[in-house]
Amino acid sequence: MVTAQSQPQSKETEQYNVIGTRPIRHDGVDKVTGAAQYGADISLPGMLAGRVLRSPHAHARIVSIDTSKAEALEGVLAVITNADFPRASDEVIDTGEGTAQLNWVLDNVIASDKVLYKGHAVAAVAATDHHIAEDAVELIEVEYDVLTPVLDVRDAMVDGSPLLHDSLHTGEMDGSKSDNPSNTASHLQFTKGDLDAGFADADVVIEREFETSMAHQGYIEPHNGTAYYRADGTLDIYTSTQGAFVVRDSVAPLLQLSPSQVKVTPMEIGGGFGGKIPVYLEPLAALLSQRTGRPVKLTMNREEVLLATGPTSGTYMRVRMGAKRDGTITAADVHLAFEAGAYPGSPVGAGAMCALAPYDIPNQRIDGYDVVVNKPKTAAYRAPGAPQSEFATESVLNELAEELGLDPLEMRLQNACEEGAQRADGFTYGIIGNVDCLQAAKESPHWQSELEGPNRGRGIAQGFWFNIGFESSAYAQVNGDGSVPLVLGSTDIGGTRASIAMQLAETLGISAEDVHPHVVDTNSVGYTQVTGGSRTTFAGGWAAYECAMDIRRQMEERAAQIWECDASDVSYGDDAIIRGPANEDGNDQQFTFKELAAQLVTSGGHIVGRADVNKTSSGPAFATHIVDVEVDPDTGKVDVLRYTAVQDAGTAIHPAYVEGQMQGGVAQGVGMALNEEYYYDDSGDLKNASLLDYRMPTALDLPMIDSIIVEVPNPGHPYGVRGVGEVPIIPPAPAVRAAIANAIGVHMNELPMSPRAILDATVLGGD
Amino acid sequence: MQAVKYARAESVEEAVSLLQDGGAGARPLAGGTDVIVQARERTRDIDLFVDIKHIAEVVAIEHGNDGSLTIGAATPCYEIYGDDSIAEKFPILVDSTSLIGGTAIQGRASLGGNLCNSSPAADGIPSLIVLEAQVEIAGPNGRRTVAVEDFCTGPGQNVLDSGEFVVKLHFPAPAAGSGARFIRFIPRNEMDIAVTNAATQLRLDGDGNVTWARISVGAVAPTPLLVADAAAAIVGQPLSEDSIAAAAAASSAAANPITDMRGSIRQRVHLAGVLTERTIRQAAERAA
Repeated sequence: MVTAQSQPQSKETEQYNVIGTRPIRHDGVDKVTGAAQYGADISLPGMLAGRVLRSPHAHARIVSIDTSKAEALEGVLAVITNADFPRASDEVIDTGEGTAQLNWVLDNVIASDKVLYKGHAVAAVAATDHHIAEDAVELIEVEYDVLTPVLDVRDAMVDGSPLLHDSLHTGEMDGSKSDNPSNTASHLQFTKGDLDAGFADADVVIEREFETSMAHQGYIEPHNGTAYYRADGTLDIYTSTQGAFVVRDSVAPLLQLSPSQVKVTPMEIGGGFGGKIPVYLEPLAALLSQRTGRPVKLTMNREEVLLATGPTSGTYMRVRMGAKRDGTITAADVHLAFEAGAYPGSPVGAGAMCALAPYDIPNQRIDGYDVVVNKPKTAAYRAPGAPQSEFATESVLNELAEELGLDPLEMRLQNACEEGAQRADGFTYGIIGNVDCLQAAKESPHWQSELEGPNRGRGIAQGFWFNIGFESSAYAQVNGDGSVPLVLGSTDIGGTRASIAMQLAETLGISAEDVHPHVVDTNSVGYTQVTGGSRTTFAGGWAAYECAMDIRRQMEERAAQIWECDASDVSYGDDAIIRGPANEDGNDQQFTFKELAAQLVTSGGHIVGRADVNKTSSGPAFATHIVDVEVDPDTGKVDVLRYTAVQDAGTAIHPAYVEGQMQGGVAQGVGMALNEEYYYDDSGDLKNASLLDYRMPTALDLPMIDSIIVEVPNPGHPYGVRGVGEVPIIPPAPAVRAAIANAIGVHMNELPMSPRAILDATVLGGD
Repeated sequence: MQAVKYARAESVEEAVSLLQDGGAGARPLAGGTDVIVQARERTRDIDLFVDIKHIAEVVAIEHGNDGSLTIGAATPCYEIYGDDSIAEKFPILVDSTSLIGGTAIQGRASLGGNLCNSSPAADGIPSLIVLEAQVEIAGPNGRRTVAVEDFCTGPGQNVLDSGEFVVKLHFPAPAAGSGARFIRFIPRNEMDIAVTNAATQLRLDGDGNVTWARISVGAVAPTPLLVADAAAAIVGQPLSEDSIAAAAAASSAAANPITDMRGSIRQRVHLAGVLTERTIRQAAERAA
């Protein structure tokens, strides 16, 4: 491993050779020709088909499970329930973008004494084909004692509400726990200044309540997991995951195996957005394989994905904000109650820290509550928690601007955080692009244009997301022809093979095409955290940079050996020329990268660069979005006419993929704004568990999304990278809300702002 | 998916015989865009598919000398909207067939299948109703004909008896001065099931009077509705804001919808009126 820390340096003033260009992605041909291997493509000799039996109830006690008829069916080789797993402790494990108690991880994978949401796994079978497996699950007899479901956070928080977990007590930030059990798993609070004094200073105060629905990430590839427990006690897993090491470190303790006994191969992934971090099928496939001695493949259909995998939280939120007539925001009070789903762990903490993050507001209080309800356990979803909390705060800010007769963009500029500003949670900003995004938006053709026509309106909103760093590893070998295979542990979701390889190429001074990135299994690369948190190009790129610097040092040493000089007299230039001292004849000695590569085998062997970085820092991301809409007043339908997304990328490594992330985030944000919702009946039955009725925007529902990349290099990264993947999902909902208000004069306080909701708020005249 | 058998019928008689022998678990297969999904998801018990789309008259489009039209029940949507003569004389069929599913689905899906699936929200049926389509059914007792508005009896239910299937749909020639339009409302712009839909066919005389009309609304009752009161509100006078509003009100009054994940009762009642108004205006444009 590299021990010497390279000094991070901003290279903003330099002209890069590779960074900022748009090479064809290394994995592109396989993907467009269909050759790429996804989890469901796996087929192993003797492989069995698995199937999961799921709960028809949202909340029930399991009285008994009789698997005997299923076991007796010809072709069925194993049937398992929670009782077949080793008892899981309450130890806390790393689950990628968070932590969780192991016993709750197990109980979410397969229910123990209670089912806590419709679709909760109850039993699993392995059979010789999937028809038999389907028949077998129907033969499993489960007796339930049906309980009252808890479906709304406000109901769940009331004393006397039915409890999901008898052992759950409300945790406070000081570590104390409530005396009585509760559905409120935790409460957190961030404060700054004097709230009462701040509101007393305000000339205008606006308070609004908001409700948002659970929303799914909507990745096109359903979950899958194939496991083969070998005779030697090692376990192979092939799965669609954002974090192979997280799968390893979740499955190993559930089966009481050493991490060294478990090898996880991350297959190509058809989208994740945070939802493919938790394990669902992998532990079941592993135990079924252990029971049968044969490989077992489990796949979900779309209904299972929507019923039983983690969406983002639905919420109840309340925001009170005050400002002076000149637009100075004096105080903000934010109350956030987030659905965790069946087990604790909503993203309310991140939502709370983001809620007011773009603004320098002297007096603040932000309360967050993590509340369990009888819905699927939430998972990370692109900037987890921020689209909700910033929807609430940005919406109230827009209404304040409207009330004060101020330009909402100017009011944001007036209150914007800059370097040195401190958030209520204590974090102090370094160099950030908050103001730069607002300025770029202000100067954009979109903001400068006039919007005309009836029932049309324009809206704007700001967004903030932290981004994260954490651990990434890389290996790279220099081959004799000067090509460099690069070995990575990060699942490539948004083009990160290319963006990481480009940073290795930049550092070595070679072309992106000479680097050949590969994503490998957990035994073949050092520990690498999940592809998530907008961290992969940041931390993976940093690992590639360190790896390349390791190669540069070794190539300097090799050249010195060839030239029989001191390594300190050799320097590897950024132009990829290795220069040494003059030889006996007085001539300069130098190698190009390829010349030296050609001599490696005969001069002592190949060179392998290695790096493992673990960065606690990151580069905060800001975005400003502008949207024009037209509302059909007779049907309540909103058409998005024009959309401009402005975002600080730090340094855009591969601008096409930065633009793709911005546009993708907007598409998902507009989906949450307009139509995406988990539609439950009173019994807790999810009535729209299909992509027909869970309405994500299609290509016909969005205009071409204009993207404006702002580059304020992150001083905490060798190439100035900030994460780009998450922040663009944040501003769409409040921007669309403002545009609807601008169009028809109605402020919507619920997400989604569907045609039904808009009709209810307008011509149908409220509830 | 349960294990299923497949039989390909070469004639109407063979299909009837296969369906009769197959009993309750036998199902005619045209494009399969509904029934194959239902079998896979086990929402309908099917153990035998009788494929009817290799029978010539079941996939034929015939234009009568009198301007009438006959469409085989299993004729795929793309052949219907790709038929120049249909596009000219029956553009409302293009409205319906070009928005049932996406392009790939339209290569298989048929009006007969849409009718026999008997969804209250079917995007084909209101157009068939306002075109006064007659449904030709073959069965163990020979053939019979049913007016399309009488075909559906409830969600997923219809008048077909055991061993029967729909062979073709007959459309009378539209009289001079006719215009027809179908519209559905969906929250997105494609790939969706109607929250509410509506169709209007009307006839204008040389003075602009509406001499005849049929109006149908869907997804607002257990079956697609033929709303006689809505048609009566516009017949016998030139179209006016008042008469159109009265027709819209009649459609809303006829609506008896449910609240579900696709729409609420009051949203659907409201949309029945909105879409009635819009189809009347656009049908009149086509008539002119």
